[in-house]
Amino acid sequence: MNYPDETGHYGPYGGRYVSETLMPALIELEQSYNLYRNDPEFKAELAYFLHEFVGRPNPLYFAQRLSEKLGIKVYLKREDLNHTGAHKINNTVGQILLARRMGKTRIIAETGAGQHGVATATVAARFGLECDVFMGAEDVKRQEPNVFRMKLLGARVIPVTSGSQTLKDAMNEAMRDWITYVRNTFYIIGSVAGPHPYPLIVRDFQRVIGDEAKSQILEKEGRLPDLVTACVGGGSNAMGLFYPFIGDKGVVMVGVEAAGHGIGNGPHSASLCAGRQGVLHGAKSYLLQDEQGQISTAHSIAPGLDYPGVGPEHSWLKDSGRAQYVSVTDDEALAAFHELCLTEGIIPALESSHAVAYVMKAAATLKKDSIVIINLSGRGDKDIHIVAEKMDSEV
Amino acid sequence: MSRIAKMFDELRGKKEKALIAYITAGDPDMATTEQLLKCLVESGTDMIELGVPFSDPMADGPTIQAAAQRALEHPFSIQAILGLVKKFRTYSQAPLILFGYYNPLLQYGLERLAHDAREAGVDGFLVVDLPPEEAADLKKAVDIQQLDMIFLLAPTSTDERIRKVSDISSGFVYYVSITGVTGARESLADMMEVSVNKIRQFTKLPVGIGFGVSSPEHVREIAGFADAVIVGSAIIKQLEAHAGMPDMLSKVGSFVKQLKEATRI
Repeated sequence: MNYPDETGHYGPYGGRYVSETLMPALIELEQSYNLYRNDPEFKAELAYFLHEFVGRPNPLYFAQRLSEKLGIKVYLKREDLNHTGAHKINNTVGQILLARRMGKTRIIAETGAGQHGVATATVAARFGLECDVFMGAEDVKRQEPNVFRMKLLGARVIPVTSGSQTLKDAMNEAMRDWITYVRNTFYIIGSVAGPHPYPLIVRDFQRVIGDEAKSQILEKEGRLPDLVTACVGGGSNAMGLFYPFIGDKGVVMVGVEAAGHGIGNGPHSASLCAGRQGVLHGAKSYLLQDEQGQISTAHSIAPGLDYPGVGPEHSWLKDSGRAQYVSVTDDEALAAFHELCLTEGIIPALESSHAVAYVMKAAATLKKDSIVIINLSGRGDKDIHIVAEKMDSEV
Repeated sequence: MSRIAKMFDELRGKKEKALIAYITAGDPDMATTEQLLKCLVESGTDMIELGVPFSDPMADGPTIQAAAQRALEHPFSIQAILGLVKKFRTYSQAPLILFGYYNPLLQYGLERLAHDAREAGVDGFLVVDLPPEEAADLKKAVDIQQLDMIFLLAPTSTDERIRKVSDISSGFVYYVSITGVTGARESLADMMEVSVNKIRQFTKLPVGIGFGVSSPEHVREIAGFADAVIVGSAIIKQLEAHAGMPDMLSKVGSFVKQLKEATRI
């Protein structure tokens, strides 16, 4: 069966848990998307911008020194080499082309670490659309360089002071704005989360990661990989890598969540590993919540993983057993960050470092010469202040 | 006949429209909510929407967000909220519905919720983030207990959606007057009367209007064409303004009396 079903569900997950005001807008979005997703002109325009503006295809890079150390073949899908330095722009390019076709004149987005905000501000500038980005006030403080980048790109950054003042609250506020200005506003959601059809749209715009990786590995190795892995916050880079491999039963898929200081040791962001089913931000999925259904505050050293929910399709992949989900602590991710810097000359995002950390741990259990693809979802320049603080050093 | 249907019948006989008051349970604490419920009905409120606070109130403006945040500073439980309703039922037969977001209800267990709610004296549910498309499970549980499920309609609702919402609703239909979140506003939206008349082509249920209603003048205007007027944020603002003062209840009471007076046509 192909998911989502007609009503936007992935097994019991997904759906549209939103107030009535937004239902017509979601239906309109779904109809427009269905109209354009297979439209040759739309596809050609998207392909043009992915190539010329984003810089795709990016390499599937053989990490030779790391491979030698681990005794397996590690390939890195270099999403960090995209324009704006992360995978997020694959999706924002797609959604803004959709917004233009739908005649929307204003763009809004939520952002946690600021990567999706920057990717949205970038495409809004490119197409000359007004852009407001909602960002938790805590994150505005933590991610100053990204806030400035967004401003340089002409976006208005709106600090959100409600709740925990992080990504989930930014998403609440973006929803509130959308409820208010739904007639002229297009909401570019940054992950495979939110109400249907967002998880589908974002997956479709991110699957270019897996499609490229698949043909690149076949070209380089003449066979499919044994393992594909990516970090999971909301889950868009993982879904983008996984989706084209779902039908390839021999390919093990592992999503890596952020365990913070360790599950059972304070707040973390491992919704799939340690959460339960619930409804947040328009979809049913695994969530971090208390007994009474109030949403917990998430934590990770990687700001982009700091979210108490996860995309509904990941919940379905977990329950169906097609993908496995594990977690990695802040310290393990940090060690992997340094390892990649020193062995490969690549400064990875702290988010992506979680996937690297998992492979470093799992390598001993894999057969020699196993082929592993890690999604290097973003570059780490944005994180140098966090890392410097951990090293008791200064930038 | 349900308590809600009976209320609308009686008010029709008296040529009055229903005043529905929203407050958040536990804001700022359960003892205050208990006193407020009494104050609201004694001041003429016809029906209560008791808000179940949620950490992520996506459809609420700053006033009700703040109310939820204050409420959640204390331990939260559905049982405690149902306990308030039980006490309320010892002295009032005014209809009372629970108003909130889906997740806390879902975590309590939907069948258990509907059962315990009926036992406590709750008359129905309005779940902001539960459109008809996702409501089958709760609707089933609520139907077994013969309680009402109230759904929202908005200015953006198409004919098809008005039909869908009308078909699944019972008790009354809640028309959200504006494209926007909850919150008191200076002026009312245009076109409300046109929208209400359109909704009436699809349903015989009473139509209530809420979101943005903040003054007796607003209430009077809406009472001219709708069956119920719903006031939330404006009441909570009164609470905020007089929090901790000895005359809080009398201030809220006199505000509510003015609102109720405006429903008499």
